Amino acid sequence: MSEGARDTANVAGDVQGERQLLRELVAYLRNRREPLREEWARRITSEELLGVMTAEEVFDEVTAVYENYVDALETGSFEALQAYARNLSERIVPRGVETDEVLGVVLLLRDVLARALFEEYQGNPSKLNAILDAYEPAANRIAVTVSVSFVQERERVIRQQQESIRELSTPVLQVRDRLLILPIIGVLDSQRARQLTEQLLHAIQTSRAQVVVIDVTGVATIDVTVANHLVQTVEAARLMGANAIMTGLSSEIAQTLVDLDVDLGVMRTVGDLQGGLEEAERLIASWPGAPPTRDAEGTPAE
Amino acid sequence: MSVAILRQGEYLIASVQSDLTDREVVDVRDELSRRVGAERIRGIVIDVSVLDVIDSFVARALRAVAATAALRGAETVVAGIRPQVAIAMVHFQLDLAPLRSALDLDEALALLDALASGGGGHGG
Amino acid sequence: MADEVRIPIKSGADLVPARAQARGAAIELGFTQTDATLIATAVSEIARNIVVHAGRGEIRIRSISELGRRGLRVVAEDRGPGIPDLDAAAGFAALAPRAGLGLGLPGARRLMDEFEVTSAPDRGTTITMCKWRARSPLERLDDGWRPG
Repeated sequence: MSEGARDTANVAGDVQGERQLLRELVAYLRNRREPLREEWARRITSEELLGVMTAEEVFDEVTAVYENYVDALETGSFEALQAYARNLSERIVPRGVETDEVLGVVLLLRDVLARALFEEYQGNPSKLNAILDAYEPAANRIAVTVSVSFVQERERVIRQQQESIRELSTPVLQVRDRLLILPIIGVLDSQRARQLTEQLLHAIQTSRAQVVVIDVTGVATIDVTVANHLVQTVEAARLMGANAIMTGLSSEIAQTLVDLDVDLGVMRTVGDLQGGLEEAERLIASWPGAPPTRDAEGTPAE
Repeated sequence: MSVAILRQGEYLIASVQSDLTDREVVDVRDELSRRVGAERIRGIVIDVSVLDVIDSFVARALRAVAATAALRGAETVVAGIRPQVAIAMVHFQLDLAPLRSALDLDEALALLDALASGGGGHGG
Repeated sequence: MADEVRIPIKSGADLVPARAQARGAAIELGFTQTDATLIATAVSEIARNIVVHAGRGEIRIRSISELGRRGLRVVAEDRGPGIPDLDAAAGFAALAPRAGLGLGLPGARRLMDEFEVTSAPDRGTTITMCKWRARSPLERLDDGWRPG
């Protein structure tokens, strides 16, 4: 057929032609599913993607994704693919799969299939062009769909984890008998400070701690309200018989506390966590108990 | 009786059994002060684990007992302050000095033992 | 909870039920155990204040709500001679720290969110204090709040 005649024929039967091409494409991809899947899996491994998954897991996912992929090409509907991608993301996000891995894997499939199509139709350049024209937009849309689902799931999980960390999990660590560590990380507002205080005091009760190390290395700044909360926490711990050591005060925070005229009298402060733990060990070894509220020397206050 | 006072060796252990009226607080305070004067007492433990409120009146009574005991060379330890009560006391700025605090009765007795044997600075 | 809980204060013995009822009302309103303890402690102080200054009086506890937040208001009222040396302008700094007289009030104020005292020799003393409750996550969701 001459160039002009082909163009005319295409314009006339464009939609029909495209559907026909897609059907042919899909049939081809289904016929060749096994070797193409293998090729894909092989390249995933050689590019060191999905390292957290076993070979069997990769094979299972590859099989399922391939089928969904081809179905999406065939139906032009991405809902099933989206649902699968969400489901897949729910499973692999907790395993630590990264966004760039997922993107890489999807683009690899697109690449593997494009190459296969090229090899299959290279003897017929006009047909190859037509098939690729039909394939490319669909393949790109699939890549975007899968990646976006993954990213959304990842963000949802991160938000949920942040919420859990804030509200449910206790950050109080028991490293050995009688000793608790409370590492405080991030922004410390009044409400969180109250929560931490309650969690710490309950932990003192449950673990019968004699010394509590409060590490504020991870806290950038605190205001007067929070500073007072910290002091109150230390004092409350002492009422329950536990000594508190504060570690990791940055020079900024130390300066803030001085500027705010916060009474640090009840609190021992040590530079870093390691030093604080050593001080804690010394305290435990030379126990008896928390000294009276005001005077660390033990002489009665007025 | 709302407070049971027992003698264990050279220690007096006062266990609060229920929320106390001011009258009962005063009675306990006076009883402990009397006994630390009359008997050979080296330490007093006041177990308040039952109390869900410790207000200024109770705090003042505790301090009075500790002051009287100190005059006789005895240490006073308050045991079993609940977490919420500790928080309330700190917000209130209730000071218990010179009393020491212990988590519970066992810890309080261990503390008195350590103090009695010249504890503090045992080295580590 | 009933609209209002009334606790008559006739003697020192009434402080025990006053504390318990204040705590109960706070818990029923959704306050945390810690906040309920703060409230009960503050009520203990103002109830004692009634006994010490007037001999008898009343404590009223009711739930309040404003701008979508909920809280608790406690009113302690007596017809006694008024609190001596109470200088409203100077606040409690002017209170002479005599044993048993008004010592607990500055502390009670620290425990609550709002605190007001009116006292006059011919009218007795009225102490009004409020504490607001932090909104629970469920309530925040109702507002359309979303984790940020």
